Amino acid sequence: MTHTVSNDIAGTFIFDSVRSRQGYHLNMFCMSLMKADNRDAFRADEDAYLHRFAMTAAQRDAVLRRAWNTMLELGGNVYYTAKLAATDGMPVAHMSAAMAGLHPLAYQAMMVAGGRDGASPPDAPHPDEAF
Amino acid sequence: MAHISAGVGCSHIPAIGAALDHGKAAEPYWAPVFNGFAPTRSWIADEKPDVIILVYNDHASAFSLDVIPTFAIGCAASFNPADEGWGPRQVPAVQGHPGLAWHLAEQLILDEFDMTIVNKMDVDHGLTVPLSLMFGAVPAWPCPVIPLAVNVIQYPPPTGNRCFDLGKAIGRAVASYPENLKVMVFGTGGLSHQLQGPRAGLINRLWDTAFLDRLSHDPAGLAAIPHIDYLREAGSEGIEMVMWLIMRGALNEHVEETYRFYHVPASSTAVGHIVLVNR
Repeated sequence: MTHTVSNDIAGTFIFDSVRSRQGYHLNMFCMSLMKADNRDAFRADEDAYLHRFAMTAAQRDAVLRRAWNTMLELGGNVYYTAKLAATDGMPVAHMSAAMAGLHPLAYQAMMVAGGRDGASPPDAPHPDEAF
Repeated sequence: MAHISAGVGCSHIPAIGAALDHGKAAEPYWAPVFNGFAPTRSWIADEKPDVIILVYNDHASAFSLDVIPTFAIGCAASFNPADEGWGPRQVPAVQGHPGLAWHLAEQLILDEFDMTIVNKMDVDHGLTVPLSLMFGAVPAWPCPVIPLAVNVIQYPPPTGNRCFDLGKAIGRAVASYPENLKVMVFGTGGLSHQLQGPRAGLINRLWDTAFLDRLSHDPAGLAAIPHIDYLREAGSEGIEMVMWLIMRGALNEHVEETYRFYHVPASSTAVGHIVLVNR
């Protein structure tokens, strides 16, 4: 499927119609984690809980591995995957750091120093595997 | 008649709410952020708006991918803080203004802005963090608030131009409301930030500064900026800045910028704040 918006911004996933269609069930799984009972059920048996949703095997695998960039590549949206991070007790900034391939302290230091310069592309195109 | 006295632009970063709620506001990391809003807190305490129209986006709290309204206006009598996955913020419930909200809904739809009318909705940090920044920790918010939620999560959000025009229509609609009310409009979100992908952490101070500079005297120029420029220059989540153009559109052509504050970072985000007073 062709993306409906330019998809050439390095290191950036645009949540267009293609990703939204692809990621509906993945994102609605994340949405379900807004409820405490669901968080408990997910923690008790992550794989079984994921099978309640019509997700692909690749999406389930990305969730189980907390491969945050891969989730977005497969249609996840960051405001939804943030709910998975919250379920793990992980600050959103740590999730952002993981996607940037940086230790949370290195990421925070980058932000305190003024943030990432837009002119400098990210070092790693897809650093999920480093974590 | 009702009139709009001023507009406020304000970031709505959730970590700001968390810092306030957990007593961290005086810590060295956070103190500059809260101090930057101190002049506005005293200004708005003197101004005493009767109603605030607060433009924000829901972050998969009240809405999900099941229903994605582009523009939604809250017409209820009250709105509870949303549970965003770690319990609702311990802040007051938001009192609405059903009279003005319904008038806005009717007038905007007749003016060909096809609003979604919402009678039941929880409001997340997008709405409550700006209130906290402007009013601090209070037992009750000092005035009613009309939530106006904009989709900026699912591409495409409304264009900057559409937002600017909606703001103008809000200005017309407020002016035709018979009750004598002093109304303020808040545009929230931004400024540059990107929470996702390998490019997470992007900040563009030059872009942000130019946006703030042009907001008072060249809003039509800002309204012509296409989505792709926001995504590329201000980061994937920086596109929230289109919501500031609703606020700007609701004001007069001539406004005075009476206050500005800019700070990097709050978590992953550039904090932007501006006060524009109608002249």
